[in-house]
Amino acid sequence: MKGRIWRFGDHVDTDAIIPARYLHTSDPAKLAAHCMEGLDATFAGAVRAGDLIVAGENFGCGSSREHAPLAIREAGVGCVVAASFARIFYRNAINIGLPIVVCPEAVAAAADGQEWSIDLETGCLRNLTLGTEESFDPIPPFMRTLLAAGGLVAATRERIAAGELPRRRAGP
Amino acid sequence: MTARTLAEKILATHRVGVAESAPVRPGDLIEVAVDRVLANDITAPIAIREFEALGVEDVFDTEAVVLIADHFTPNKDIASAEQAAVLRRFARARGIVHHYDVGRAGIEHVLLHELGLVRPGDVLVGADSHTCTAGALGAFATGMGSTDIAVAMATGEVWMRIPETIRVELLGTPSRWVGGKDVILETIRRLGVDGATYAALEFAGPALDALSIDARFTISNMAIEAGAKAGLFPADDIALDYLDERTAAPVAALAADADAFYAAILEIDVSSIEPSVALPHLPSNVRPVREATSIPIDQAVIGSCTNGRIEDLRVAAEILRGRAVHPDVRCIVIPGSPRVQLDAIREGLVDVFLEAGAAVSTPTCGPCLGGHMGVLAAGERAVSTTNRNFRGRMGSLDSEVVLAGPAVAAASAIAGRLAHPEEVLT
Repeated sequence: MKGRIWRFGDHVDTDAIIPARYLHTSDPAKLAAHCMEGLDATFAGAVRAGDLIVAGENFGCGSSREHAPLAIREAGVGCVVAASFARIFYRNAINIGLPIVVCPEAVAAAADGQEWSIDLETGCLRNLTLGTEESFDPIPPFMRTLLAAGGLVAATRERIAAGELPRRRAGP
Repeated sequence: MTARTLAEKILATHRVGVAESAPVRPGDLIEVAVDRVLANDITAPIAIREFEALGVEDVFDTEAVVLIADHFTPNKDIASAEQAAVLRRFARARGIVHHYDVGRAGIEHVLLHELGLVRPGDVLVGADSHTCTAGALGAFATGMGSTDIAVAMATGEVWMRIPETIRVELLGTPSRWVGGKDVILETIRRLGVDGATYAALEFAGPALDALSIDARFTISNMAIEAGAKAGLFPADDIALDYLDERTAAPVAALAADADAFYAAILEIDVSSIEPSVALPHLPSNVRPVREATSIPIDQAVIGSCTNGRIEDLRVAAEILRGRAVHPDVRCIVIPGSPRVQLDAIREGLVDVFLEAGAAVSTPTCGPCLGGHMGVLAAGERAVSTTNRNFRGRMGSLDSEVVLAGPAVAAASAIAGRLAHPEEVLT
């Protein structure tokens, strides 16, 4: 994928990604309209499909709200690249099929408006504006399976349809 | 079999398709059978939507799923009422035994334990980051997203990475006015807000004997604020005494193996900790309150899943008794559950709060996340016994939150600025 980047700092928390006052809805489109509002009120209006969010350490820290990756995905963001991610955000993103990449080297040279390309399969990230290239550890195979299936629900639905799950049932 | 940390011991007994005796290697991805699955009025609607997309009719165990409407309740507007209605309809349709609504609901991480729904050695997953609170009882409790919880409701399983464990060795005896909040703020100051990412924190050491169960809930609650996946205490006599009157189910002590391997060991002498605050805008921005007493406040919030238990209200009442909330401060006290509220009324604490000029609310998460019951205007600052002081957390993006324990919050409410309890008591 290829896109224009939006640069954010360290410790971008879920209240900044989607403030709690909007959590009285779980409609992805309504959430997307307020995406990143805690840091940049212009983001939701200006972001284009395929744009990339690039941030520093601990992206997505704070609450477990899945509304945060949902808002980002629904806003059209193709991938989030960060120096590191908070744990719950990381698994939420994988679970809902939002690609994320850990690449501190690329983040260090990031600036608003740069054009980047990312190959999730090979772990190659190109800063097209600067003409530089970084590699990142590809997402673990188990998580890549989830992303390829379209997220955890789609992957689990397949296992349920195949009769593999659920294998636990409460007794009578 | 190699020695195991608390987290490793619990996960070893909950892996699906792997013998308990098989090695437990941090970093391994495993499927885990869960004992309880928790969601609230913000996260359950998405979980229910995803559950219905899975192609199963029933939850895996109607006793295991716990739905608590606590964030925007009693409902603040039509949209939040619709969300609570989603829980209600789902609970009725699927026969969910543990669904708690206004009047019987409390803040989930207060109510859950009070009801005896978590036992030592359990695995609890919740669609709320502060699910880690239950680690105080020797359970492996961790927050996840709604989609994880949907799958857990349907299958009783989640995927998980076995965490490394960081041991937090607590030494010494806390001094007067130092509580669980001050201990966890010091821990977060030392670790940083991402210092424990992907890891489990395990609290240990001689100071545990001086930490009540309510203090432990406060400490485990904010493990997530250091990025941790869980924050566990051993299930000792203090935990077992708490559970004794709350559950008829068998409970047993649980401790880590003596020679377990820890990724890191952090020693904290609690006797050197002072009543503390976390200044905006990160929970790691911690300093002794005596270094911040020039900072004025507009609101004081005493409550939440962090500090909304009876011991917290007793501490606040001790300071507010016979004194008055500063005329420029709104002080809002929020008991964490109906039982905490009832105990506070019976003990006369509610009289103390009302006579001091504080407002007392029904149990709710309310202002902690800027939901309702005390949202801040631009330019305002709150001292709050809650857990996050991110920019805009409690309302306007131009407002501020200072985190503190109930003693500092109550003293600050009286002084109209951040204050050490001794300042208002003398």
